[in-house]
Amino acid sequence: MEYQIEIRVVPRRGILDPQGKAVHGALTNLGFPGVGEVHVGRLIRMDLEAGSAEEANERAVAMCRQLLANPVTEDYDVQVLAHAESAR
Amino acid sequence: MKVGVVTFPGSNCDYDCYKAAQEVLGAETVYLWHRDHDLDGVDVVFLPGGFSYGDYLRAGSIASLSPIMREVRAFAEGGGPVVGVCNGFQILCEAGMLPGALIRNQSLKFSSKVAHLLVERSVAPFTTAYREGQILRVPIAHGEGCYVAPDDELDRLEAEGRVLFRYCNSEGRVTDAANPNGSARNIAGIVNRAGNVLGMMPHPERAVDALLGSRDGVGLFESLAAHPMEIS
Repeated sequence: MEYQIEIRVVPRRGILDPQGKAVHGALTNLGFPGVGEVHVGRLIRMDLEAGSAEEANERAVAMCRQLLANPVTEDYDVQVLAHAESAR
Repeated sequence: MKVGVVTFPGSNCDYDCYKAAQEVLGAETVYLWHRDHDLDGVDVVFLPGGFSYGDYLRAGSIASLSPIMREVRAFAEGGGPVVGVCNGFQILCEAGMLPGALIRNQSLKFSSKVAHLLVERSVAPFTTAYREGQILRVPIAHGEGCYVAPDDELDRLEAEGRVLFRYCNSEGRVTDAANPNGSARNIAGIVNRAGNVLGMMPHPERAVDALLGSRDGVGLFESLAAHPMEIS
């Protein structure tokens, strides 16, 4: 079955995130009140053929460990959204 | 001594490394292609600077999975000396051959200028041609050169004497102002535990001729030539 996977990768808290800091500064300059910590990460969307949602999740986590996220600086979470066909 | 320079798609300092090895050392030098499966019998491997795979995903992440990297890893595990400069340093970290990671410069700006480096240790095979405390002028050119690692890892690097180069000012003082990218503890270059894998952001291969503004990078090549390592 084909699943649609979304993987969010964000800088780990406590790790220097100059990009988040710059965006924070810009939002504050625009006059938005109440902006706290900002972190900028990335979203990876993928269609994945797998036997079950569980298997799809497992495989996506393995991908994060080996390539999609850097274990030193980033955290990730995986969402198995829906069958890609029905999501379109 | 035979030197190999790996070319990845997007490498752009491979020719500089090649020329430095060939002309400064008079060493036989060959290019190694990222898809190759053997190292052509070289005694030293250089992973050059550049923007392999367009820095997609994270700088160095895709190149770290190239076929040639399997050979480079085996070569390093056998004691062979490996030098990663700039993007090469990023690739070595992504490959897990060096600890830590290189993230976006704290300034968010690409930094291209001459940096001062403090030689922290004079050890084989990379830095014996320098004396400890020597100040070098070596160019940097990177957007993702901010070295980070967990505190205990940084402590270990220091305790084991594995920080070879640190950013300093022209008087050799290690200050925040002299840190061009926000690297933890001003770290500019480190080695692995065995001491035969070096990663550094500054470009020694661009400082090998008075015409280039500095000859301070020559020592790295001379050190390598003076200490051919036993490769098992």
